[in-house]
Amino acid sequence: MEQIVTKEQSKSADESVLNLFWAVLKRDLMLAYRKKSDLFNPLIFFLMVATLFPLGVSPEPDFLAEVAPGVVWVAALLATLLSMDSLFRSDFEDGTLEQTLLSPQPLFIVVLAKVLAHWMMSGLPLTLLAPLLGVMLFLPAEGMSGLMMSLLLGTPTLSLIGAIGAALTVGLRKGGVLISLLVLPLYIPVLIFGTSAVQAAVTGLPLAGFFALLGAMLALGFVMAPLAISAALRISVSG
Amino acid sequence: MSTSLVQVENLFCERDERVLFEDLSFTASAGEVIQVEGQNGSGKTTLLRILSGLSNNFEGDIFWKGQPVADVRDDFFRELLYFGHHPGVKAVLTPEENLQWYAAMHPGVDGGLINGALDKVGLCGYEDSPCHTLSAGQNRRVSLARLYLSHAKLWILDEPFTAIDKKGVAEKEQLMLDHADRGGCVIFTTHHELAIGENIRRLNLDELAGT
Amino acid sequence: MSEKKKWLPRWFYQLASPRWSYDIMGKLLPGFALVALISLVVGTIWALLYAPADYQQGNSFRIIYIHVPSAILAQSCYMLMAVAGAIGLIWKMKVADMVAKSCAPIGATMAILALATGAIWGKPTWGSWWVWDARLTSMLILLFLYLGVVALHSAIESEATAAQSAAVLALVGLVNIPIIKYSVDWWNTLHQPATFKLTERPAMAPEMWMPLLVMVIGFYCFFAVSLMMRTRNEILIRERRSSWVKELVGKQ
Repeated sequence: MEQIVTKEQSKSADESVLNLFWAVLKRDLMLAYRKKSDLFNPLIFFLMVATLFPLGVSPEPDFLAEVAPGVVWVAALLATLLSMDSLFRSDFEDGTLEQTLLSPQPLFIVVLAKVLAHWMMSGLPLTLLAPLLGVMLFLPAEGMSGLMMSLLLGTPTLSLIGAIGAALTVGLRKGGVLISLLVLPLYIPVLIFGTSAVQAAVTGLPLAGFFALLGAMLALGFVMAPLAISAALRISVSG
Repeated sequence: MSTSLVQVENLFCERDERVLFEDLSFTASAGEVIQVEGQNGSGKTTLLRILSGLSNNFEGDIFWKGQPVADVRDDFFRELLYFGHHPGVKAVLTPEENLQWYAAMHPGVDGGLINGALDKVGLCGYEDSPCHTLSAGQNRRVSLARLYLSHAKLWILDEPFTAIDKKGVAEKEQLMLDHADRGGCVIFTTHHELAIGENIRRLNLDELAGT
Repeated sequence: MSEKKKWLPRWFYQLASPRWSYDIMGKLLPGFALVALISLVVGTIWALLYAPADYQQGNSFRIIYIHVPSAILAQSCYMLMAVAGAIGLIWKMKVADMVAKSCAPIGATMAILALATGAIWGKPTWGSWWVWDARLTSMLILLFLYLGVVALHSAIESEATAAQSAAVLALVGLVNIPIIKYSVDWWNTLHQPATFKLTERPAMAPEMWMPLLVMVIGFYCFFAVSLMMRTRNEILIRERRSSWVKELVGKQ
């Protein structure tokens, strides 16, 4: 008898966690939808950075094809970083972040939902836009699938790590530059394996190992980052 | 005898090199309406933020129903309604969406009462306009509508009457007294002269805070 | 809090008192300073005059007697900073916060020293001041991590908040350091197969590594001295309104 009760309780607890996740996700997506400029700015930035390289270095197709994986990845990384500052800032400014922290609901889930929403608004469109940049930079067609897959696996990790920086700096008036300083060194492993995956795809080497590594980093970020983000948010709001 | 809800012992807090309070101890019981008083900068807001659990830059002990508040945080948050300087209203969402989000975050809140609550704070007809089209006072009313939704026992309200008109203030005062009568507890600050003055317990930080 | 008190030794709680820490560090300082002085002087003379020259690199290899200790210290200092930060976070211990804060600039200096000596060493060995060697690159990233912690600390006005935020960042960095190291090593082998490695040498002769050991000990003691001095300073600044600090300053 008792067991049944606990099972039902745990079931209802699971449901309420799921409901919470959806409610937060839906709200953040709705907010982004109603403020569309925030949605497009990182994408435009992504395109512009990729345009700078041929202009600044050389429009030679062979050269561009060689640097394309790195350029697209660095541009994606910077675009993600650019969008990071707004993740918690508006919530902090209008007081909804306070209400979030005062909720009996698990902050872990709330944070995860917010980061997922952010990724759907930044990392996912960046991934979808990446082939266009690949074409602009003469990336061989064999590299496209590797580029998209590596971005698909890598950008969520970028969002998770970036969110730690955003949470740490949310209480500061000027968080933008500081976030880059805090977060960029932590992005290096993702950059290394992401670019290498694309290069491997171009040269026809097996890709599974790279995706496994990117996936492992994502899994680690998925488990650890929300803890750091939650702690950082409590500290920032408390200060 | 009424039961004690919040018990504060030897609270010490300093901010920017200045001691705000030292050895501050008091108890807030069910059925009480407590106004925290003090000059500007005496630490009223800081005290309310500490009590609500938002700020942890303090030394001393806070108990919720006799247990250290850090140990029973979820229970405490379940029974807490906090109203801060920022009303916690998203500008691009409508009043209804804002309250629905609040209901999702706080399981104790009954989402079905939202329309009624908006009626009661005089926002009937504004349910579907985004909050940035509303006035400052109306935005704060959206947040105050939570008072009608929540089953929370402890209300911590920081300047709830700012930008609220006279009629609204009178209603909220009555609401606070009713809440206390139902066994709740209200801790609040305000710069308004209140009509319910004699029913309120006052906590003056200038007198209590030793130095 | 009460259960925790049972299993932690008493000195741990005494450490929480800034005054006690200040006094105990004051007593430990001269000893460490003496050991640091002796081992640094002995190690330097030994390393420069008596250790044999490298059969490949000649005398230029002698810079490892500074390069290696500073690199080791830069890494262990980060560890200490993160651990102290964690203690400060969990037990709200002010002194641990101050230790963590004092670690950051020292560690950053050590990382800069390791990078500078690496560059100086690189010139005769590789013919250029900078090579994207795995160790040097990891050290550069470690320096960036330090700079991030320092920048965050100085950006936040409230001391308590700054300490907590920096501690979270340091812990995140600590988790990431092995991943960064692994990825940089891997990246390095991919792009520069079979370059000459700086420090991975087949079994150093004892007369070469003995002075190195002395230098490492000297660096550690020097680090301890500088950390304690910084922390004592920090304690005085943070506790300047307390009566014992006023008394102390009044006496001098």
